[in-house]
Amino acid sequence: MSDHEYTPKSKFGKWFNDRLPLLTLANHLTDYPTPKNLNYWWTFGGILTFCLITQIVTGLVLAMHYIAHADMAFDSVEHIMRDVNYGWLIRYIHANGASMFFLAVYIHIFRSLFYGSYKAPREIIWIIGIIIYLLMMAAAFMGYVLPWGQMSFWGATVITNLFSAIPLVGEGIVTWLWGGYSVDNPTLTRFFTLHYLIPFLILGLVVLHIWALHVPGNNNPVGIDIKKPSKDTVPFHPYIVIKDAFALLMFMIVFAFFVFYTPNILGHADNYIEANPLVTPAHIVPEWYLLPFYAILRSVPDKLLGVVAMLSAIFILAALPWLDTSKIRSAVFRPLYKQFYWILVADVLILGYVGAMPAEGLYLLIARVATAYYFIHFLVILPILGYKERTLPVPLSITDPVLGGIPNLAGVRNNESLKEQSLK
Amino acid sequence: MSEKKTNRRDFLFTATYAVGAVGVGATIWPMIDQMNPDASVKALASTEVDVSTVIPGKTITVLWRGKPVFIRRRTQDEIAEARSVKLEDLKHPEKDEDRAANPEWLVMLGVCTHLGCVPLDQKGEYNGWFCPCHGSHYDISGRIRKGPAPTNMEIPKYEFVNANTIKIG
Repeated sequence: MSDHEYTPKSKFGKWFNDRLPLLTLANHLTDYPTPKNLNYWWTFGGILTFCLITQIVTGLVLAMHYIAHADMAFDSVEHIMRDVNYGWLIRYIHANGASMFFLAVYIHIFRSLFYGSYKAPREIIWIIGIIIYLLMMAAAFMGYVLPWGQMSFWGATVITNLFSAIPLVGEGIVTWLWGGYSVDNPTLTRFFTLHYLIPFLILGLVVLHIWALHVPGNNNPVGIDIKKPSKDTVPFHPYIVIKDAFALLMFMIVFAFFVFYTPNILGHADNYIEANPLVTPAHIVPEWYLLPFYAILRSVPDKLLGVVAMLSAIFILAALPWLDTSKIRSAVFRPLYKQFYWILVADVLILGYVGAMPAEGLYLLIARVATAYYFIHFLVILPILGYKERTLPVPLSITDPVLGGIPNLAGVRNNESLKEQSLK
Repeated sequence: MSEKKTNRRDFLFTATYAVGAVGVGATIWPMIDQMNPDASVKALASTEVDVSTVIPGKTITVLWRGKPVFIRRRTQDEIAEARSVKLEDLKHPEKDEDRAANPEWLVMLGVCTHLGCVPLDQKGEYNGWFCPCHGSHYDISGRIRKGPAPTNMEIPKYEFVNANTIKIG
């Protein structure tokens, strides 16, 4: 929180603020000193807040019409689509909103990976972010079950069966999750309850995420610590607010394109067939945003190890601040890391592609190589790179290089590049 | 620091913590156990099936506890094939005799032991069942032969009530 004291101008404001310092908080949020070189990759935090609010508001009104019962859920969703005023619009916003949410969160995560935003002193912000991401996946999965179509039913069956891989207690846990001996009405009602709850948990964690962010302040494309406030910063309002708003508008154009022109392209046609416990669809695929992890699950031929690999792929991210041993944050000054970063991006995209394909032949081989590389990136390449890489000189402030000043040698942290500079 | 003597207050603390822990546990347990199968679900534990119309070489699928059960009337060739498999070749070694007491009738849960999909009849490399989800192959005794599934398809508890009726569960 900012250090300077704030006193409201009006007498009532002062009276109120002495009792509940809401105005101090509002003042902190508007004056919050922000690095002036933040690029558009930094606008996705605001976009994600918009996505969360959109999902909560549209979800709230959908819940007024939806019926969480195995015999009625499918029909109630069709009732929303055909009978409820603007029901089609609200449901399409909610369904595509989930995809947009994940699109934005992946950009947000990969921005952190590029600019080293997870490094000290921002480890807690990062870990809260990973927990939010996990909750998002849980919410998205349970939400996908609610229409009670074929993909809903069999997706729920496959994912809950992941727990049966746990030795000894696995079967008991699955029966407990189902509330029966298969996915059925008790499963649907509890998924609806949890699907309603989780967004509010996420909202609480978002507050902590932003609170933790406001302690050290934003990272920035140069990745250096800056003085706040200083010539390197601008107040959050109006500078960042207007930039975030513009980026949000651009994002909403993409969002609206999906909602109005191709509302079903990200879904699966099989989910317009009502759930049937006797017939499994020929090809079960999760939603696109879970495909890389699905590919990792299928690439391991052992049931338990496949589940372990899939969960490790997510939890390994939480350990990232300690796996990446480099002290330099931004990839701008890490020529080797920058290349490995783009290989990782390609690797995840490849995993996503093979996750949508049948697990056989060449696809399976590619999935195995890509899975192995994913873990090698985090467990081998990143720890070693921190010691081996010759990084470029880092400027002392954001303003210095812009004004044409030579990089101050005192600000160069890497000994190798320091020598190189002094030889010239 | 001198050695601490156990006094009456320590005893009171320990006793209070113990009672508190039991109380918290007793309060939480109903919240957890309510998610387990309820009485109405458990009440549907058995199903009777008329199998008089099933001819050799055909499988019928019935629903038991929300799960599909395959009832296959096997041909003589299939029985011979199932009984000739060596146990060393099996990932989960089980004799066909133990899986189908009456060799003509194979009654098993039609649920893949990998992640719970319903395998397809007369498909796969072993002329038994094939799971389309993640590619597990089962033989004509429902035993896992190839793919990620860890165990054979499960045999539920069942009995012949008379020559034409099977009671599952």
